[in-house]
Amino acid sequence: MNLLLEIGCEEIPDWMLADALDYLKTAIAYLLKQHESIRTDATARRLTVRAEGLIEREPDTEERVWGPGKSAPVAAVEGFAKKQGVTADQLQLISDGKTEKYSYLRKISGRPTVDILAGALPQLILKTPFPKTMYWPGKGGPRFIRPIRWIVALLDGKVIPFEITGVNSGNESSGHRKLGASRFPVTYDTYEQKLRDNFVILSAAERRKRIRAVPTKYVCDNPLLDTLVNLTEWPTPITGSFDTEFLTLPKEVLMTVMRFHQKYFSVATPDGNLAPQFVAVTNTDGDPEGLIRHGNERVLRARFNDARFFWDADQKRKLADRVQDLAQVTFQAKLGSYLEKTERIEALTKELGGDADAQRAAHLCKTDLTTELVKEFTELQGVIGGLYARAQGEPEAVATAIYEHYKPVSMEDSIPATQAGQLLSIADKLDTLRGCFKVGLIPSGSKDPFALRRAGQGIVKIIIEGKLRLPVRSLLQGDAQLEEFFLDRVRNYFRELRGFAYDEVNAVLASGWDDLVDAEERLEAVREVRPTENFEPVAAAFKRVKNILKQNAITPSSSINESLLEPGPETALHLAAQRATARFGAFSYREKLQSIADIRPEIDLFFDKVLVNAPDPAVRQNRLTLLHTMLAEFSTIADFSEIVTSSQENK
Amino acid sequence: MSILKVPTFQENVLRLKQYWGERGCIIQEPYDVEVGAGTSCPETFLRALGPNPYRTCYVQPSRRPADGRYGDNPNRLYKHMQLQVILKPTPADVIEQYMGSLEAIGIDLRKHDLKLEEDNWENPSLGAWGVGWQVMLDGMEITQFTYFQQCGGIDLDLVPAEITYGLERLTAFLQGVDSVYDIEWTPGVKYRDVRYTDELQYSVYNFETAHVPTLWKLFEIHEGEARRLLDLYKETEAPAEKHRFPLLPTYDHVLKCSNLFNTLDARGAVSVTERVGLIGRIRKLAVGVAEAWVEQQSLGQQSPAQQEAA
Repeated sequence: MNLLLEIGCEEIPDWMLADALDYLKTAIAYLLKQHESIRTDATARRLTVRAEGLIEREPDTEERVWGPGKSAPVAAVEGFAKKQGVTADQLQLISDGKTEKYSYLRKISGRPTVDILAGALPQLILKTPFPKTMYWPGKGGPRFIRPIRWIVALLDGKVIPFEITGVNSGNESSGHRKLGASRFPVTYDTYEQKLRDNFVILSAAERRKRIRAVPTKYVCDNPLLDTLVNLTEWPTPITGSFDTEFLTLPKEVLMTVMRFHQKYFSVATPDGNLAPQFVAVTNTDGDPEGLIRHGNERVLRARFNDARFFWDADQKRKLADRVQDLAQVTFQAKLGSYLEKTERIEALTKELGGDADAQRAAHLCKTDLTTELVKEFTELQGVIGGLYARAQGEPEAVATAIYEHYKPVSMEDSIPATQAGQLLSIADKLDTLRGCFKVGLIPSGSKDPFALRRAGQGIVKIIIEGKLRLPVRSLLQGDAQLEEFFLDRVRNYFRELRGFAYDEVNAVLASGWDDLVDAEERLEAVREVRPTENFEPVAAAFKRVKNILKQNAITPSSSINESLLEPGPETALHLAAQRATARFGAFSYREKLQSIADIRPEIDLFFDKVLVNAPDPAVRQNRLTLLHTMLAEFSTIADFSEIVTSSQENK
Repeated sequence: MSILKVPTFQENVLRLKQYWGERGCIIQEPYDVEVGAGTSCPETFLRALGPNPYRTCYVQPSRRPADGRYGDNPNRLYKHMQLQVILKPTPADVIEQYMGSLEAIGIDLRKHDLKLEEDNWENPSLGAWGVGWQVMLDGMEITQFTYFQQCGGIDLDLVPAEITYGLERLTAFLQGVDSVYDIEWTPGVKYRDVRYTDELQYSVYNFETAHVPTLWKLFEIHEGEARRLLDLYKETEAPAEKHRFPLLPTYDHVLKCSNLFNTLDARGAVSVTERVGLIGRIRKLAVGVAEAWVEQQSLGQQSPAQQEAA
């Protein structure tokens, strides 16, 4: 049997479709249990599930019902049988494990799939987890992303009957709002074609292909492409143009208007500049009279005129004259104004070693928040400041630092290119982190309204990729919560972005993370040496050493008494450890790790032959000191006991 | 253009009113207290509350002091005209009806690109919010479409659809002009002829000459009167007295506060920390009126004499 479910809805926000489909697929697969295939599709106005290979009804099941014991009076046995709707001779006398009892094997026939679906679908549909739902038609009504207007629910061609707020399931779908019929019958087999006949392309992949198929070469922006795929049922791209005079405006502004305000792709010239063209994606079957192109060009012209109006108006006051205005712009209620933040960023930039340009950039970096252009295009904060600084004759290094000081805006984004920009960016983000943690605005779970995780991640990325030797821990001012939060960001960076194994990251960070550039070098060395044959056995041995030291809660002596060392394996280990560390000063981390791994035979032999817990307390003490010294010296690179060895994984 | 005759500004208004009038809307005139949006008018804010169905359509001149540009900017106005439609409860074919209204003013939707893009609406000083879309026609936002969920912090018995047309933008689109001031209001008269002076003078007043201490004083006077009335309502116990209690005039004072706040804000007289507090003060009044209104309405539509007779 096959299932066709189409939830017809008013326009669903484009970014919510994927999660809704994921949910529906999982929920329906769970409900159906047996099926051969299940697929989902969506446009802005419909969420569709198609499943094949369904069974007509659940398999029958049996349940044993226990009755009275073997010695019960006949009347009791008959009474039990009657209750089960059978006669006494249909009962079985068997043991329940303790005593013999009368019992009856009751057969439960499986429910028809159509009944299961009809019963479960209304709630299943309404439970679709949308980020922001509405109720309708009134208080207490169901919640969904927008009102549901039709439902197709067919099981092998038959309607699965149910109702959601006055909308009954049926076999009629709906086409494109303007180009298709508003109601038409569909079947499982004709569904996709019927939609196509009514100007709805069900497949997102096919809609994407239509959008890509435009003669103009545009700059493909995948998130925008996804948005447009989900906003349209019959996408048709058109190319428009704008007056070249607007090219005197910064391309950042032009591209932002096109990308974020108009959802247009911008077009590049062969030499990589911005062409005076755009690609808009319409939800139509074409624009033969050029009306749509004309309309979009007009709108873009108005937007660009606005931008130019703001640009010109903003030039009337220089950034340097706007610093005091920041007293009127709140950074955060408990943390004061942007003027106060500016003062802190300036001091911090200096403390981090920023030069005169970096400090000047810090002084000016937030002033663009008072400009008309940034009020209009908030996503261009920083960028506008940089452009204005350049236009107003600030040194190029200052302008660039301001321009880039919000970078990196994501894990994938690059860090500021100049050191002034890097230090300014760190100062800005660090100030935000310190302040927010101080007043208790700490991210928890999915709640991170001030994007502190991103700020922390940005700092980590800049320090490591900018190879900045900054004393990270002291920058966090001993705030334990902030340290823990920051360390999480460091772990996350190394694991998610750099692909280091979690135990390698833990091992290395346990040996210190004040210098992240150094931590990165140690990590790379561990990754390199790890596959060599002796590394993991040595790591396992260190774990053993650590446990032994933990169990023997004694303070090891400061130095090893060589006269107490037993000749043989103990002395051999001592000498091997000394040999390994003797040239540490001249070694790279990789060489150090290699030399540590090389003492494996001595370690193995030691544990094989020597009793650490020697009866003589002085000998025991000395042995523990030997192990402790070795552990301490080798742990400057990584805490090897954090390494998960393959023998552990097999357990 | 895809139509034979391009409508003038006033023809547009008339056609839309007629269209919605034919669909059961009461054609109201603009509310006579200054507001920032048609939503603030009692015809929307208060009528959205309670269990009674209602349909209305009206043009509301909407004042946004911070958007004034001395008549220099082709697209930005201190006072623009909204055409507001409220359909409570929302009919199932509300979007089709809306699309019909665009056809009624001469837009052939088969030749244009219409998209509904997510845009949720919130007015914190009225404790009101809803979800919906901005309606984009060939890349231009021409309408805000909202399903109200709360007004004055109260869940709504019947969810109304609010359709708000930006009349200047819509007409500029239809007439193919780049500046709202070039819109033909009626043959021989441009939008500029009718409205330019307002734009210039209110911009000068809002940004330059408004006397800030006086505005603060006015704010406090209106706030005080609204609060006094709300307190008085709370003390009123007899249903007959409640029934005749002047909540509508109380709400007028809340609207006055809201407009004064906007003017002070445009003037740069409100610090950001004060801002949150002021919005909270206005919201408290708006919520107070909304709650009282719901109670008053539940007392029934009958006059006290009829109630006593019953």
